[in-house]
Amino acid sequence: MAQQSKTSKWNQIRHAKLFMPIVCLLIVLLLNVIQTPDFFKISMNNGVLYGYLVDIINRGSELVILAVGMTLVTAVSGGQDISVGAVMAVAAAICCQILSGGAVSTNTLAAPIIVAALAGILAAGLCGAFNGFLVAKLNIQPMVATLILFTAGRGIAQLVTKGQITYVRVGSYKVLGGYIGSCPIPTPVFVAILTVIVMQLILKKTALGLYLESVGINGSASRLVGLNSTMLKIIAYIICGLLAGLAGIVASSRIYSADANNIGLNLEMDAILAVALGGNNLGGGKFNLMGSIIGAYTIQALTTSLYAMSVSADQLPVYKAIVVIAIVVLQSPVFQSRISKVTQRKAVGNAA
Amino acid sequence: MEREIVLSMSGIDKTFPGVKALSNVDFKLRKGEIHALMGENGAGKSTLIKVLTGVYELESGEIHMDGFDGPIVNHNPKEAQAHGISTVYQEVNLCPNLTVAENLFIGREPRKAGFIDWKKIRSNATSVLRNLDIDVDPDKQLAECSIAIQQMIAIARAVDQECKVLILDEPTSSLDDDEVEKLFDLMRRLRKDGVGIIFVTHFLEQVYAVCDRITVLRNGELVGEYETEKLPRLDLVAKMMGKDFNDLADIKSEHEVVIDDKTPVVIDAKGVGHKGTIRPFDIAIRKGEVIGLTGLLGSGRSELVRAIYGADKADEGELYVNGEKVKINKPLDAMKHGMAYLPEDRKKDGIIADLSVKENIIIALQAQRGMFHLMSKKEMEEAANKYIKLLQIKTASMDTPIKSLSGGNQQKVIIARWLLTNPDYLILDEPTRGIDVGTKTEIQKLVLDLADEGKAVTFISSEIEEMLRTCSRMAVLRDGKKVGELTGSQLNQADIMKTIAGGEAAKEEITIDEEVAENGAAV
Ligand SMILES: Nc1ncnc2c1ncn2[C@@H]1O[C@H](COP(=O)(O)OP(=O)(O)OP(=O)(O)O)[C@@H](O)[C@H]1O
Ligand SMILES: [Mg+2]
Repeated sequence: MAQQSKTSKWNQIRHAKLFMPIVCLLIVLLLNVIQTPDFFKISMNNGVLYGYLVDIINRGSELVILAVGMTLVTAVSGGQDISVGAVMAVAAAICCQILSGGAVSTNTLAAPIIVAALAGILAAGLCGAFNGFLVAKLNIQPMVATLILFTAGRGIAQLVTKGQITYVRVGSYKVLGGYIGSCPIPTPVFVAILTVIVMQLILKKTALGLYLESVGINGSASRLVGLNSTMLKIIAYIICGLLAGLAGIVASSRIYSADANNIGLNLEMDAILAVALGGNNLGGGKFNLMGSIIGAYTIQALTTSLYAMSVSADQLPVYKAIVVIAIVVLQSPVFQSRISKVTQRKAVGNAA
Repeated sequence: MEREIVLSMSGIDKTFPGVKALSNVDFKLRKGEIHALMGENGAGKSTLIKVLTGVYELESGEIHMDGFDGPIVNHNPKEAQAHGISTVYQEVNLCPNLTVAENLFIGREPRKAGFIDWKKIRSNATSVLRNLDIDVDPDKQLAECSIAIQQMIAIARAVDQECKVLILDEPTSSLDDDEVEKLFDLMRRLRKDGVGIIFVTHFLEQVYAVCDRITVLRNGELVGEYETEKLPRLDLVAKMMGKDFNDLADIKSEHEVVIDDKTPVVIDAKGVGHKGTIRPFDIAIRKGEVIGLTGLLGSGRSELVRAIYGADKADEGELYVNGEKVKINKPLDAMKHGMAYLPEDRKKDGIIADLSVKENIIIALQAQRGMFHLMSKKEMEEAANKYIKLLQIKTASMDTPIKSLSGGNQQKVIIARWLLTNPDYLILDEPTRGIDVGTKTEIQKLVLDLADEGKAVTFISSEIEEMLRTCSRMAVLRDGKKVGELTGSQLNQADIMKTIAGGEAAKEEITIDEEVAENGAAV
């Protein structure tokens, strides 16, 4: 009897929504500890925190911000926005170009940072609206629709910066990607946390989450109960664009420049993976934001640890792919039902 | 003498989280018999079938089939097919974006040198369809066919395969009388060939028309197996419900609301139409009135209400709600003017499968309130609890996904969704589809109660008796056109049938709404 209640509790935990994402994160962290014993060591250096863990949480910020938007887009449209990386570059380019007043490099600000940043984010929002229009109004497959900006986005960014890397060598522009005053925690961490909190609040206080899920599951039934699926899809893509813009500004602030070719490069794939690792169905419908965020940190932990094992950037994708395959298999329904059967049989055996 | 047993199931159990769907059920099917499997919504009929065909894993119990030594286990429907079991599931399981012909042969395509022989598929499809008298182009995309045709295609696919056991889970729920008759002919033919048929339905007349034997389930348990002749209808209902109940009792006489010219008009449509589906029509629906729409399948019954509700935006005519001219561009506009619409196709237009029962109940009200006015958790739970109780929805909890409810219980959830919005005008398109006899009567009573409360109701049903029990007036449709209205003494089966079928004889006997006739002529 006690055995039975134990297995049922175990089953309860195992079926909790965040179980698999957390297990995956733990596995990656465990691998890290084996590789680098001082993995969890955090130290203070020059008044700021240092350590692998700090690095993961810091570097993962952009990915977390992207994953939030990607989750919404996936839920409502059953497809992904693959333009977010390029849109990051667009936002960065516009922001830096305004700050430099058109020059290639500047030591003084031509406009207040807040204005430039908002302009960049707004432009990114427009990109999102464009994607949303193609998906919702013209009914184009999300992957195909966002392919347009995926390819054109970096070109647009190049146009904005006139093919140069625009540098903004001003201390205050480095804050967003660096540190606020003497705070030992990197600023991007706060930006990511704030983004997540704001989105959680929106989901808790409004019916947006329910609406997005409903449209993602059954568009035709949703229309008949009075939901405007076109509008909801466009909203999701705009949010996704705005967040990509924010991530772009953070990334640009880290290197106090707009590098149209490299900002956000390949991040769209990581963001999609984060959503998948979070236990979300890429075909849309019900979603789990916290899952995506854990997924994002998992990917970042993986990237960081691979770098720590001195895998070169070119080979990185191969190793990432291997780990991703393992994780995805672990989460697949087939594998899951295998596990259930094994635990069931065990329970039966124990009872007998 | 006992006929040879082709299939026997014994001691079948099935548990879902929070629900014991089947416990220790036995079932026997003989060669060349039609065997009805009966029970209330959620009794476990579909589950028993899915355990048999391997959709669900067999937990305990044994399945024996004639011709196989020892118990058989089906791990998936394909294995069941290999054992000679063909199935038409309750929810049509075809591929909407494939053609009719492709749907008929998917998974068993005729091949030539390893490649799919498309020519053969087409010619085979044509002959299969002709055999069953199904009037549809094999190249048509399935999604464009009506549910009735889709259901017929699912049946055609099942019977076209070599089988010893044929399972039909509520195959007649969207068919009209003619098509049902066609299906029965087919079933009788197969019976003569020695096929054992399991037939699930909530229509008692159909059971008495074709079935030799009846097995009754209640709450996942076997009540018993009976010969049809020896089990009168009232006894059958009592066995299913576990209590005496007269499903044919007169319910209308208790509800006498007087509706006359002075009763305010809630919905007044003048020349409303939608190109390609319904020709311009006039209809006025008064407070407290239940008006029925009748006509053959595809006559425009559903299309008429869809044009009013904005599901298909009307492209001509004027609509007045409570005397005020309104413009309805989308369903939300209609909802804001106090309308509610229960669609015909539950799976495609009704349920939001992965959402919970609670979310499915509140979604329409929440949509009406708007994104920034999220209902409180407490309000949602109260609403869900109220309707789960009122409609006796059988579910493990209000947080269970609606897709794991039985068909009839899903339907009740959708009804609850619209009742919760407290509409002035309620459109019910086949509201009792898949609902058991007891609940059907309850819903009919509910409709009359709602009318008594002053709501206007439009009721669409393929069952004429059901309409006679609820409606005080009926509009008749034919070929996408409203052709007349019947009231008072004209409301009887014979007159209705005549008007539906059309033709000269009918025209003389009923008064055709003149304006409508003109309108029709003008088009
Ligand atoms: N996949 C599932 N997950 C959880 N519960 C389920 C699942 N399928 C069925 N059930 C439950 O099992 C019970 C029996 O359902 P079943 O579909 O067999 O009923 P039924 O007799 O076919 O009813 P109906 O006449 O409404 O079709 C119901 O209480 C239902 O909620
Ligand atoms: Mg059923």
